[in-house]
Amino acid sequence: MNKLLTQTQWNWLTSGVALGVTFLLAVLLVKPIGVSTQFVIFDGIVWNLFSNSVVQVDEGAKSGYTSANSYLAKSGGKYAENVANPFNYSFIFVIAMIGGGFLAARLQGEKTPPEQNIAPDIWRDTFGDSLWRRYAAVFLGGILVLFGARLAGGCTSGHMMSGMMQTSLSGYLFAMGAFAAAVPVALLLYKRRN
Amino acid sequence: MDIILAILLGGLFGFVLQKVGAANPQQILGMLRLSDLHLMKAIFLAIGISSLTLFGLLATGMIDGAHLSVKSSYVGVIGGGIILGTGWAITGFCPGTGLVAAGAGRKDALVFILGGLLGAWLFTLSFGALADTFLFADLGGKATLAQTGSTSYPAMFGTLPGLLVAGSLALMFIAIAWLLPEHSTKVHSTRNIVDTAPKETLSSER
Repeated sequence: MNKLLTQTQWNWLTSGVALGVTFLLAVLLVKPIGVSTQFVIFDGIVWNLFSNSVVQVDEGAKSGYTSANSYLAKSGGKYAENVANPFNYSFIFVIAMIGGGFLAARLQGEKTPPEQNIAPDIWRDTFGDSLWRRYAAVFLGGILVLFGARLAGGCTSGHMMSGMMQTSLSGYLFAMGAFAAAVPVALLLYKRRN
Repeated sequence: MDIILAILLGGLFGFVLQKVGAANPQQILGMLRLSDLHLMKAIFLAIGISSLTLFGLLATGMIDGAHLSVKSSYVGVIGGGIILGTGWAITGFCPGTGLVAAGAGRKDALVFILGGLLGAWLFTLSFGALADTFLFADLGGKATLAQTGSTSYPAMFGTLPGLLVAGSLALMFIAIAWLLPEHSTKVHSTRNIVDTAPKETLSSER
């Protein structure tokens, strides 16, 4: 048990069982895991500080809230409601994930070398040690990842893992699209090293 | 109660993602370059185990379909998957693993999150213009392959028992997980099953 806490990385069998049990527990106790919606909610919270049309009380809406923005207003103002009241299950779940990552890294026996905490070896072998090149790439890549996730209506957690677990057609479509792009891009972008 | 569950389950999920190596871009890029399939094996096994158990519980009536939440299928699911996949290959992060990696102390993950917040906001602003385009053309609604017992989700193989369809898929995923070689360069699939030694993640590929 202690070894499981201090290991840097579990073997694939332990990893797969732990991941499967986590997704299952979430469905049994509450609902399927999803992450990317909460990026929109966080944006909305910040945006709401600068504009008073982002969240509006609307007695006619299903959630009691609406927004001047059509995305936040969709599905009966569900997102606008969560922006107004972020102290809800889905938002706190995602914040707690950050804490889980922190705890796992703190308990880890061996520490990750600092340069690997900025860019993985695969990256540095191809693109060198420049800090700003890595930051520019992850910033632009981050824009693509979340824009894509919102267009798809979910990300790797919500669509692929939770979706395929429920045999959702959308989970299969998403996984096909994501891997069809990611594998060729990764093969083209990074040097082969064998 | 909801909030306590959110903290416990979210914390567990973050912990597990870090420990399986999913928040380590080196592992993600190794998987996407098909040179280190550790994560691929773990993901297939996780989907297989959770799906088999879920449909087993649904079939025996121990839980009901109200726990499920199936997402809609439309053109943008594939298009968004392609855009996300491109960014995933560039960065080695997806939305959840980027957050976990930032918690674990990765500085590039913090920059990824800032980019992600901008990307999510750009979509929020563009939704009004995109909503009536082909991107949101229907591809089957909230369809599932296996029967879930919930009438909100039409099953594509609705004439067969849900557990049979989902169970067959799940067993296939578990078999794939078992058979895939962990590293493309050295194929020792039987070794992996008994291999419980701690792995030196960052140097294992050298």
